[in-house]
Amino acid sequence: MATIKVHGHHLSTATSLVLCCLEEKQVDYELLVVDLAAGAHKKPQYLALNPFGVVPTIQDGDLTLFESRGILKYLAKKYKGQGTELYGNSLSEEALVEQWCEVEGQSYNSPASAILFQILFVPMRGGTTDEAVVEMNVEKLVKVLDIYEERLSKSKYLAGDFFSLADLQHLPTTHYLVTACGKGDLISSRKHVKAWWEDISCRPAWKKVSEKSS
Amino acid sequence: MAAIKVHGFHASTATNMVLCCLNEKQVEYDFVLIDLLTGAHKKPQYLALNPFGVVPTIQDGDLTLFESRAILRYLAQKFKGQGTDLLGSTLSEEALVYQWCEVEGQSFNPPVSTIVSQILVVPRRGGSTDEAAVEMNIEKLGKVLDIYEERLSKSKYLAGDFFSLADLQHLPHTHYLISACGKGDLISSRKHVNAWWEDISSRPTWQKVAENMKVN
Repeated sequence: MATIKVHGHHLSTATSLVLCCLEEKQVDYELLVVDLAAGAHKKPQYLALNPFGVVPTIQDGDLTLFESRGILKYLAKKYKGQGTELYGNSLSEEALVEQWCEVEGQSYNSPASAILFQILFVPMRGGTTDEAVVEMNVEKLVKVLDIYEERLSKSKYLAGDFFSLADLQHLPTTHYLVTACGKGDLISSRKHVKAWWEDISCRPAWKKVSEKSS
Repeated sequence: MAAIKVHGFHASTATNMVLCCLNEKQVEYDFVLIDLLTGAHKKPQYLALNPFGVVPTIQDGDLTLFESRAILRYLAQKFKGQGTDLLGSTLSEEALVYQWCEVEGQSFNPPVSTIVSQILVVPRRGGSTDEAAVEMNIEKLGKVLDIYEERLSKSKYLAGDFFSLADLQHLPHTHYLISACGKGDLISSRKHVNAWWEDISSRPTWQKVAENMKVN
């Protein structure tokens, strides 16, 4: 069986999500670096794989798949019974995993990524961080994290007492917030969020992936 | 078995996504009105169900679930084999459904909901439509629809030659875009997107839901 090909980049949070999931599921893969700095993701060769011109895209035999969260769902289902179970053990648990995956994708990701963009990427491109935008998004993220604090005071992980895709989806963006944007206090000031973060960020699968993206 | 309870609001796109899915799966439900106009969604009674204070939330026996797209996937899995199949027939087809569901959630929804919010909601709250924001988001949406046009020239529906959750997710916002925001040209100017829209919006399961979404 051919190895799964991942077209992506170490610095891309979405690529790291997929690599972390492959590690958790103990699936062999090959990372094919798409040189973002050289605009490779906008060239016809890559657009033929992913018309949206973003990373990552995977190839698994005949199947080409993009959208990191969609890829995660596919891998978790295909490799059920191998590696870490990422969808819980019942339909109800799976539903709660999907719920908190949507919370990450719809409520956490937007403000968190906006903060990353302003603090990390804008200066890299020669611009100046817009502090007002950072402030506004910190405020939005705080409201979401307050809800997480309440949830995690009753539940070890987001979907229940089991690690799942929902927790995994938070790893790359939160890693940058804490280690590269100086926003670690957002996590460390919340007792249960902090315990949850320390737990999930220590997982060997994540450590292996994050070492390459520092 | 107790009917599924849907806590929602008749004009809410997210609520109507869920109602359409329930119709497709031929599942009975009780609709519990959460009147957004009186702030019912921010009261403790509702926040106990959904701490994010948004609609919809469903209750299926002991299970309480929010986030419309997650509710859709739960219903599609639980009622597999009943009503319309919404996840394709193989794991690969299911994967393509998830891919296009994510495209809707990450690339289609943000610009279209900003346009709908600026044109429909903001004036109703006493504000003025930000035309620059509308223009900027029409441009973004246009780029996404160009990719849809290419895809739908090769595939009858987004995930393949079968109707799925991915198509369903587009119904409520596109309905408002056309019928209440005057932006129907975004759809009608694209041959394959137009054909796809006419197909999916004429499904009886959707027509039943759309009747509740008439805007004054």
